[in-house]
Amino acid sequence: MAKQHVTTTINGEAVEFLCETRQSLLDVLRDELDMTGTKEGCGTGDCGACSVTLDGDLVCSCLVLGVEAEGKSIQTIEGMAQGDQLHPLQRKFLEHAALQCGICTPGVLVAAQALLVRNPDPTEEEVRYWLAGNLCRCTGYNKIIEAVLDAAREMRGA
Amino acid sequence: MLKKTDTPMLDLKVVGTRPVRPDGVPKVTGQARYGADYALPGMLWGKILRSPHAHALIRSIDTSAALALPGVKAVMVGSDMPEQPFNYIGPDRVQVNYWHMTRNVMAREKALFDGHPVAAVAATTAAIADQALKLIKVDYEVLPHVINVDDAMKEDAPLLFDNMTTRGVSPAPTKPSNVSRRTEFKAGDIDAGFAMADEVVEMSFTTEPVHQGYIETHGTLARYGADGQCELWSSSQGHFMVRAYTAKLLNMNISDLLVHPAEIGGGFGGKTVVYVEPVAALLSEKTGLPVKVVMTREEVFRATGPTSGSSMTVKMGVTKDGKIVAADGIFKLQAGAFPGSPVMNAAMCAFSVYEIENARAVGYDVVSNRPKAVAYRAPGSPIAAFAVESVVDELARRIGMDPLAMRLKNAVKTGSPTIWGPKHGYDGFIETIEALMAHPAYKIPLGKNQGRGVASGFWFNGGGESAVTVHVSEDGSVAIASGSMDVGGSRASMALMAAETLGVPYESVRSTVSDTASIGYTHVTGGSRVTFATGMAVVQACEKIVDDMRARAAMIWDVPLEAVTWQDGAAHLTDAALGDKAPLSLKDIAAKRAVTGGPIVAEVALNAGGQAPGFSTQFCDVEVDPETGAVKILRYVAAQDVGRAIHPSYVEGQIQGGVVQGIGWALNETYVYNDKGQLENTGFLDYRVPVASDLPMIEALIVEVPNPNHPFGVKGAGEVNIVPVMAAVANALRGATGVRQHALPMSPPVVLAALDAHADEAVGA
Repeated sequence: MAKQHVTTTINGEAVEFLCETRQSLLDVLRDELDMTGTKEGCGTGDCGACSVTLDGDLVCSCLVLGVEAEGKSIQTIEGMAQGDQLHPLQRKFLEHAALQCGICTPGVLVAAQALLVRNPDPTEEEVRYWLAGNLCRCTGYNKIIEAVLDAAREMRGA
Repeated sequence: MLKKTDTPMLDLKVVGTRPVRPDGVPKVTGQARYGADYALPGMLWGKILRSPHAHALIRSIDTSAALALPGVKAVMVGSDMPEQPFNYIGPDRVQVNYWHMTRNVMAREKALFDGHPVAAVAATTAAIADQALKLIKVDYEVLPHVINVDDAMKEDAPLLFDNMTTRGVSPAPTKPSNVSRRTEFKAGDIDAGFAMADEVVEMSFTTEPVHQGYIETHGTLARYGADGQCELWSSSQGHFMVRAYTAKLLNMNISDLLVHPAEIGGGFGGKTVVYVEPVAALLSEKTGLPVKVVMTREEVFRATGPTSGSSMTVKMGVTKDGKIVAADGIFKLQAGAFPGSPVMNAAMCAFSVYEIENARAVGYDVVSNRPKAVAYRAPGSPIAAFAVESVVDELARRIGMDPLAMRLKNAVKTGSPTIWGPKHGYDGFIETIEALMAHPAYKIPLGKNQGRGVASGFWFNGGGESAVTVHVSEDGSVAIASGSMDVGGSRASMALMAAETLGVPYESVRSTVSDTASIGYTHVTGGSRVTFATGMAVVQACEKIVDDMRARAAMIWDVPLEAVTWQDGAAHLTDAALGDKAPLSLKDIAAKRAVTGGPIVAEVALNAGGQAPGFSTQFCDVEVDPETGAVKILRYVAAQDVGRAIHPSYVEGQIQGGVVQGIGWALNETYVYNDKGQLENTGFLDYRVPVASDLPMIEALIVEVPNPNHPFGVKGAGEVNIVPVMAAVANALRGATGVRQHALPMSPPVVLAALDAHADEAVGA
């Protein structure tokens, strides 16, 4: 079957790509656009490693078709830092040692950013429930939660 | 070479600080490259066909239709790999049999578990490869199967191997069975020991196999050339392991295979073997094109990991004043489809935190129709500890003793006996108990439906072979390279130890992991060995650099070497009679590299001995919902002796992560096989690992009783933290409900059924 032509925006840049209708957005990002920062942990929407935002909504990119990106705005981990300026969440993750292997980290960061957009002053419990869809097998979540709370504090100027 | 350090360095400037890790920025920006992130021009996609049957003869495989599909470039089956001799080789605890290993990578005569690979294809797209798999016709004769360990040990159990007889039994049995091996360790006189006991507790337990649950599935990219040279990009816990196993299974010269270490997205022991690497390499050889193979999550659950499930009986006796006088344990562990469960570790570790004169541990390694067990965080020890630490808890209850006091009274220390022969050589356990005794939270009163549980654990920790290179550049900056895959911060630890030894800032040290052609052989990242063994190599290499720097300074100053010392990252002339010279820093000397002898390099390759074991003692508070049986962890405090924490944040992270994996093992994680022996929960939705909202903060107490055999006192941090967890949770649940749980996982329906039975008993009484 002929490939579909898709016009979309990724991290603020206009992007065009061709994809098969069956290809997920995750596969398009990774295999067609060489944007491998977004990770696949399960392919079934259970682990959150492939988290991106689609017009501001947090989604698992493995559950979105590439063709659904048409006309939308996608934000991935590659767009989080501004040039050489890390986002406060990225910086706090490093300072708090909130990653060990790092495979879940892009998804966790994207999800955490989506949380702080909605709720700049979350409680520990709110962070834990928001990130319940992002599996991390290394850290026991401690330092992730601490880093998110600390980043939120800094971003609020508190 | 092992250099004894009786007094580990105390005046530390860099070790023990918490800088950002060298590989940090790539990992928070998405730039770090893991196994599945590599691609090459012209690359094909490899996919693996797996058995839908738990146990079946493979009569024939017809691949012609798959090969005829446009886009398909090659198909392989098990017999495309060379046959391997049937031999158990290597040390007892970690024996390897390549006859088994090649069949685990791809079945030959029989499929031995649901998900067992039977064929593979390489095609121009992943979709075509998937389509091709459906065109492969396998003629199976389905055989009766067996899943659980007790069933597999029955007289009339279906046999996985018609000619397997139990090793370690004298006289050797003539009748085949699924019991691959019996192992026994014994000290003292058990009968005499139990005769001294005032209270004896004997209980039986079962545990489920649990998967390591790394979020990155197995993935590799292979490029095999017409010259017989092969390159692999692979995510594993040891690229030298990948090289050795892949070369062996494909009958290649080891040095014809170059393995690049991709970043690893979690391993926990599960990435110490090969699955996809020989398949990708062989498909690449057949096609002359690069081949990438990446497992799906379903494939990971059906065919990789887990650690063993078990059936165990433990009996222990105690005197009224709390002295444990005898212990006896039987540990039956599932090996999966091929021999090699960690039963020997289980038997050795079982009673290893207690000073018991009379003890015996018997282990059985049992095959059944499920994936072959692979290492998982202190393999074997947590399984045995669930049984032993539950029994110790009951003993403490019987005699009315505080469980920490009970452990303190019986704690091993330097000179205590082990059941496998040598005496304990190191302290550290008592200090973990005392850390909890002094913790204010241990005295917090509990409410209704709440309970507090204590448990302890032992792990050997590891040493072994490591190689390190240190280069000093002409601007004085330092590059260190090692052969140790970094699973969670070891590049940072290596840089810290290098900076400390050289006397330079952490920021001037760049720490990397090199490929198999660029550094000496290095054993896998496992056994909590890297910070100890590879760290020792880093320190020794930096000491060589210091000696070199002193020699170069002596040359520049034209003074004898003995007159030059190294302090705070600079050479100092100590003999005033020889002149008054301003110190020469590493940077000053490096700038004169060419005229003082050329490149500044030190390489150290060693086989580190002198590792010291890890001990952990933990307590947790739980609350049980009597309506649903759900268990909530309210508080968790884990003390662990690590010798010395080089980067304390990553040590805490190891402790917190290990505890949470244990909580998943205790409360949720289990495999669901249907009556055909097929795995039904092949995703994270139904194989439920802990999520953030399940948990409280885990308090990690770092205990530091230095290892005298390491320059900074390192013992190891990665594994012992998981050992006590299941028993700590079960003991807390016993306190909360009055009911002793004998089986993992303690999921809501299990707990609810136990509560209901207990209530019925109470009513009946």
